[in-house]
Amino acid sequence: MIGPSERATERILLVSAAVSASVTVLILGFMLVMALPLLRGGGLFSLLTQHWEPGKGLYGIYPLLVTTAGISSLSLLLAFPLSLGCACLIGLYGQRPPGTLLRRIVQLMTGVPTVVYGFVGIFVLVPLIREFFQTGSGMCLLTGALMLSVLIAPTMILFFQDSFERVPRSHLAAADALGADRAQKLLYVVLPAARRGILVGVILAFGRAAGDTLIALMLAGNAVQVPGSVLDSVRTLTAHIALVIAADYESPEFRSIFACGLILYLFITVITVLVRRLAMPESGERP
Amino acid sequence: MNRFRENALIGVSWACGLILSGIFFLLVAYLAHQGAGVIDVKLLFGETPPLQALLLQQRVFDGLFPAMVGTFLLVCLSIVLAVPLGVATGIYMAEYAGARVKNLFNLVFDVLAGIPSILVGLFGFALAIFLHKHFSNRIQPCLLISALALAFLVLPYIIRTTQAALEGIPGETRLTALALGATKPQNLFHVLIPQSLSGMLSGLILAIGRCAEDTAVIMLTGVVVTAGVPTSLLGPYEALPFYIYYISSQYAGPEELLRGYGASLILLLLCTMLFFAAFLIKKRLTYLALYRP
Repeated sequence: MIGPSERATERILLVSAAVSASVTVLILGFMLVMALPLLRGGGLFSLLTQHWEPGKGLYGIYPLLVTTAGISSLSLLLAFPLSLGCACLIGLYGQRPPGTLLRRIVQLMTGVPTVVYGFVGIFVLVPLIREFFQTGSGMCLLTGALMLSVLIAPTMILFFQDSFERVPRSHLAAADALGADRAQKLLYVVLPAARRGILVGVILAFGRAAGDTLIALMLAGNAVQVPGSVLDSVRTLTAHIALVIAADYESPEFRSIFACGLILYLFITVITVLVRRLAMPESGERP
Repeated sequence: MNRFRENALIGVSWACGLILSGIFFLLVAYLAHQGAGVIDVKLLFGETPPLQALLLQQRVFDGLFPAMVGTFLLVCLSIVLAVPLGVATGIYMAEYAGARVKNLFNLVFDVLAGIPSILVGLFGFALAIFLHKHFSNRIQPCLLISALALAFLVLPYIIRTTQAALEGIPGETRLTALALGATKPQNLFHVLIPQSLSGMLSGLILAIGRCAEDTAVIMLTGVVVTAGVPTSLLGPYEALPFYIYYISSQYAGPEELLRGYGASLILLLLCTMLFFAAFLIKKRLTYLALYRP
């Protein structure tokens, strides 16, 4: 019954899907192949634990790893309460001006170019930090984390809010029947029921923070060192990739950026799998 | 005691909402205050007469015109590369894929969507080196490589929105044409795709915004500070977001800095406009699709 044109359509679509999927694999393949000479013969261990001193032949990315973990965690710590509060406000005033207005603003914020955040950060936040702490250039881990938290907050808010809305109507109706007001419903029904959604939102935001390049590149100072305090100038994995432009494509210095890329890739894969695991049983479908 | 918790929740929520919107308005107000006075013909074209610049007869040196043209070409190219592939993949995922394939591909595209843009840029860079070594030494990081990398960056967005738009069509609509004897492709092209056009279009516009604002991909794949209006797909080019990044760290004087503010404001306005366009299209087209006379 199936005609040739039908089969052709299906075949074309299948090939497109296969090509799209192969892009994901291709990116991983390129990272692997380029980083391989460094990883061979136990190189992975020294790469992950050594310091970065190209002058002495040390190309370890340990300081970058610590920095990426630190700056992402700090930004998450700053953004999480803010995001939860905003999501609650939208939840409290769902269909009325404070809620709809804030929702619109948050959606709009997701469209603000990262480079614009960075640009404003350099000319507003950096001088503020420099004046306030009276030390250094103002470009430090804290500055980067503050701006990053503004960047990741909208992602979290929209995700939290989404998981609030997926709380079954019947639960809310039961609370209504018991005479609960808005705040009570949110506090005792919606928030506990959306706990898993909140966790997923946090994990996603952490991935977003670790993967962002421009904010850390523009605001965190870019000195390769293990941060001793939040006021130290630091460089993340992503900024490292953006900064190393070696003339010699075979040098270990150049290879190391692919190792950074590989680590970020694997990290994002773990996060994606984790998010899917957590989100699946709740809704029975994709997040 | 409990009353206190509930009131605290309301108070804290309001505080958070005000802080976040405050930050956003401060950002916009600051850029508008610094940049609004700068935006004029001179910002775009420098000392070159606008008409001659537009006709590409004379090169613009102290203006944003080449960067804007570069961004425009970049966006067009990447969209042209990404849309056919993305839409076809989305259709396959929604209409043809079996459960197991779908599950696997969903994971693959989720990973692709999560890959940081700098990695996509690094991939583009490595690809350029690879092609340079093995195919033609004319290939270097260039407009085409950037567009290709950006196309990969927005591919998952287009797949997702296409897939979601198709999957959102109610079962009755899906079956009507089939019940009348239409083949699966006929049903697809005459019923399902027209029905989900608004969802696809708003996804497309969001992808355009993503292409226009992304800096990390292009800074590894061929963007430069001065190249003039691009003349070849295999040559270097300028782009707005990279110009902003460059100015923020390397500005030579107050005049250049002001141009940076102008460029930031223009990029912000562009992305905001795209955002509203996506929003309106989604509303308007859904309305048109549902209430056709």
